[in-house]
Amino acid sequence: MSITLLEPEFKIIRDDDRCIRCGVCERQCGFDVHEYDPDDDEIVSDNTKCVGCHRCVSLCPTNAVNIVRNPLHFKTNANWTGKVIKDIYKQAETGGVLLTGMGNPKPYPIYWDHMVLNASQVTNPSIDPLREPMELRTYLGRKPDKIEIDYSSGEPKLATKLAPQLTLELPIVFSAMSYGAISYNTCQALARAATEAGILYNTGEGGLHRDLYKYGKNTIVQCASGRFGVHQDYLNVASAIEIKVGQGAKPGIGGHLPGEKVGEAVSQTRMIPVGTDALSPAPHHDIYSIEDLRQLIYALKEATRYEKPVSVKIAAVHNSAAIASGIVRAGADIVALDGLRGGTGAAPTMIRDNVGIPIELALAQVDQRLREEGIRNQASILVAGGFRNSADIVKAIALGADAVYIGTAALVAMGCHVCQKCYTGICNWGIATQDPQLEKRLNPDIATRRLVNLLRAWGHEIEEMLGGMGINAIESLRGNRLHLRGVGLTDTDLKLLGIKPAGEGA
Amino acid sequence: MSQSKKADNKKQNYVIIGNSAAAVGAIEGIREADKDGKITVISKEPYYAYSRPLICYLLAGQVKASKMLYRDKDFYKKKKVKTVLGKKATGLDLEKKAVLMEDGEKVSYQKLLISTGGVPFVTPIKGLDNDNVFTFTTWDDAKNLDKLVKKIKKVVVIGAGLIGMKATEALHARELDVTVVELADRVLSLALDKKASDMVKDQLKEMGIRVFTNNTVVGITGSGNKVERVILKDGTTLECDAVIVAIGVRPNVELVDGTKIAVNRGIIVDSHMQTSVSHVYAAGDVAEAPELLAEGNKVIPIWPGACEQGHIAGCNMAGVEEEYIGALCMNSIEFFGLPTISVGLANVEGEEYEVLSKYDQKEKTYKRIVLKDDVVVGALFVGAIDRAGIYTGLIKERADTKNFKKELLSDNFGYVSFPKELRIKKLQVIEVG
Amino acid sequence: MKRVYAKEEVCIGCRLCEIHCLVEHSKSKKIVKAFREEFPRAMPRVMVEEKGGISFAIQCRHCDEPYCAEACMTGALSKDEETGAVLHDSEKCVGCWMCIMVCPFGAIQRDKQGKKIASKCDLCPDKEIPVCVANCPNEALVFEER
Repeated sequence: MSITLLEPEFKIIRDDDRCIRCGVCERQCGFDVHEYDPDDDEIVSDNTKCVGCHRCVSLCPTNAVNIVRNPLHFKTNANWTGKVIKDIYKQAETGGVLLTGMGNPKPYPIYWDHMVLNASQVTNPSIDPLREPMELRTYLGRKPDKIEIDYSSGEPKLATKLAPQLTLELPIVFSAMSYGAISYNTCQALARAATEAGILYNTGEGGLHRDLYKYGKNTIVQCASGRFGVHQDYLNVASAIEIKVGQGAKPGIGGHLPGEKVGEAVSQTRMIPVGTDALSPAPHHDIYSIEDLRQLIYALKEATRYEKPVSVKIAAVHNSAAIASGIVRAGADIVALDGLRGGTGAAPTMIRDNVGIPIELALAQVDQRLREEGIRNQASILVAGGFRNSADIVKAIALGADAVYIGTAALVAMGCHVCQKCYTGICNWGIATQDPQLEKRLNPDIATRRLVNLLRAWGHEIEEMLGGMGINAIESLRGNRLHLRGVGLTDTDLKLLGIKPAGEGA
Repeated sequence: MSQSKKADNKKQNYVIIGNSAAAVGAIEGIREADKDGKITVISKEPYYAYSRPLICYLLAGQVKASKMLYRDKDFYKKKKVKTVLGKKATGLDLEKKAVLMEDGEKVSYQKLLISTGGVPFVTPIKGLDNDNVFTFTTWDDAKNLDKLVKKIKKVVVIGAGLIGMKATEALHARELDVTVVELADRVLSLALDKKASDMVKDQLKEMGIRVFTNNTVVGITGSGNKVERVILKDGTTLECDAVIVAIGVRPNVELVDGTKIAVNRGIIVDSHMQTSVSHVYAAGDVAEAPELLAEGNKVIPIWPGACEQGHIAGCNMAGVEEEYIGALCMNSIEFFGLPTISVGLANVEGEEYEVLSKYDQKEKTYKRIVLKDDVVVGALFVGAIDRAGIYTGLIKERADTKNFKKELLSDNFGYVSFPKELRIKKLQVIEVG
Repeated sequence: MKRVYAKEEVCIGCRLCEIHCLVEHSKSKKIVKAFREEFPRAMPRVMVEEKGGISFAIQCRHCDEPYCAEACMTGALSKDEETGAVLHDSEKCVGCWMCIMVCPFGAIQRDKQGKKIASKCDLCPDKEIPVCVANCPNEALVFEER
């Protein structure tokens, strides 16, 4: 067996004067990086195993441990970077497809960072959210072309029958993350936080654990290509159903949960045997045309007595606008777009990093196309893919979204350090794992609290930004691209985004 | 100690004869319910209650006289207890409800507690009346021996029970040459089994202490009145300057001789520590109380037992009903750095018992668990005494160990070995989510 | 009275409770000094029991009617009338281990490094919240009345 050419990515630096040999780092590292040597009375760390998740750093009671990028340099080469070289070494050694977790880390342009918001001055006074009421509530679902009011009883009553709507207290929904990819405790925290904050969470393609049925009112259940866990109760307990056609992290291919992560509970929830790989096929094998999609949408509506909105989620790809138009005409109440930065529990690196388009462009185009076709009211647009803070959310709504899915941000709130090793099943923060020992680390009480805190913080920030723009209802911002200006963008970017460049007035 | 009902506040007159563990327990028990009643404590010893088991530490020089008191100096004052110390109670008038004192005085009572403890058991050996022959159960015994220690070289201790062994250890610590003579086939025959006893014997050997088993002293001789040698059953003679007689202790029931109070070996009491005469209670080494592990009553003279019984007697005397779960034999004694703990039927053998044991020669540790129908009835530890109390708890609760029996001997036996429901019940561990 | 209770479902077996308990009962009360410069090292009063995937911290329950105080032959163990904590007086203790013999929780240990005395939880009298509870990274210990 020849040597491995893969050198450590990280280097552990231990301040020996502060290290008290308590062994917490050894006990807490699921990758077995640290080991106590009783003969020399010291902790020895194996850099080759470190994934940079910072668990040891966070728990060390004397702050004796630090982790840095391993300063091992290749000769400077803009084309043949260290990463590219190491990827080839890995494949030469294993013959395998490169796998990874979380979202696209490559330095594609982030259009959110090239868009700025307006603020009111002088002519249009800003609103103080601490003194004036602010409406952040958002309704997702098909809106009618017109409404009719019935005055016959003396009081105005809505005569038009509305299609089923979802009520969100904030324009934020927790993104689809499957039970199996993430631990049960994480699912529980998402469900509880969504319920407490008055928003929703999405089960992803892992089915819904029976113990979480009580949060059904705040649950969107997914019907993905593998149809894992899809049955009568599953559909009926939820508030909405989402047909997952694709996801931003891996457009064009299906989901993959390794057999090691399929234990008793996951097996029961997904309705597959213990230990089998859960492979979702790339297409739904009953959707080969837009008419097939319409059939599935209405089959789901029939099964749930037309009481729940049906969403269709696609990855943002080149002709997203045309696809979205087709989806709306097929009867979907919500179109969910997942951009280039979307996260995943496991995906081939090449696909995650090179397939799909940024959500900003997809959103602008889809919103534009639906408006042009006069059908924008027929479905709400939910966008996903790397939303990092409340400013990204405000910009997305201004660009045309009804609400924003957050996935990575929610995990980070719960402790994720984005080390991208989810596909190994070892997660020192108890999130992307089915190992019962590791799962304990995610205390649902603490995680719920952290998620609710994040939502509360972002809600206040959104109110501040709205108030600054002189708006007191999120509805006034929706699709209002005049509140956005581009900075450092090309004419083509500006045209695609449908926004003016900064410096240009009204 | 379980159910209790609230007392009605009558100004009672409580008298306690004896002033050791049971008495203190009783005082505390009474005062929990009755803040005003009159309490009088009578003791033939001239001291406030002291920690009797500490006399061997005192003799060994490991503890100072100032540390001997069991409670603070102002305990009696704070608890409003009148003490009559250094005076002996010689009789009882149950009709008139009075205690007769040696100086003719009479102390009347409404509720009486007899906690006179035990007296050393002495068999008729020739030469017992020589100087420098001691028993070893009181502070004064320790004081007297202490005065003598510098003047003597060799001591023979008769009896290798708990008192004899602790006396041996103390005298050895004072650099005397000690020889132990025991009637049974092993030291500490009541508390330990053969294996554990051998481990202790090995320690004694290492310390240079000679031990004779299956033997006893039949005569003590000397010139003048001073002890010079003892003669053993098998004819061996041992030179020595002093003899400690530590054959055993029997309940001090002298006071109730000739009265209506029922006596067997000790004063018989029920689970409320009440004697056959309703206003008279008994507790501690003098009492023959209901046993935990068997039907019937037994005298089990141990410090924790005396405290518990005293406390229960006190509560019941003050009108608060408390029931005794039963006397359980238990001892914790360390000899020459080797700790031992024995609880319940620790050294029994027989077909009805299941015995699990583990011995590690190198570590000098031994564990012996005795079960009957999957219930722990006895536990014996030498060396590895950590967390022994968990087993004591299992014995007291008569817990069914079927689900975790195989864990009982493991080194890290603990609450993690119990099934989850049992653990949650005992610790109130709560569930998350 | 408030006591410390464990939630075994979220105990991650890190033993930070033991570490902080040791520091709180050390001479310097400073973590690096307590571990590296104090000899004999102080002892933690809380123990983490761990086996087969289950772990939780266990310490003195400060029983309403403590068996240990009853069994103690020197009166070194007593229940504080104000706080309810069962306290151990190391000056009075002679290391007879009667308390170890009777504690049904096995919560008392032999102090193996210094004087021959017993060692147990004192509910951190100098702190608002016991340090084990305050420093558990996963909130697996709570301090509450039940």
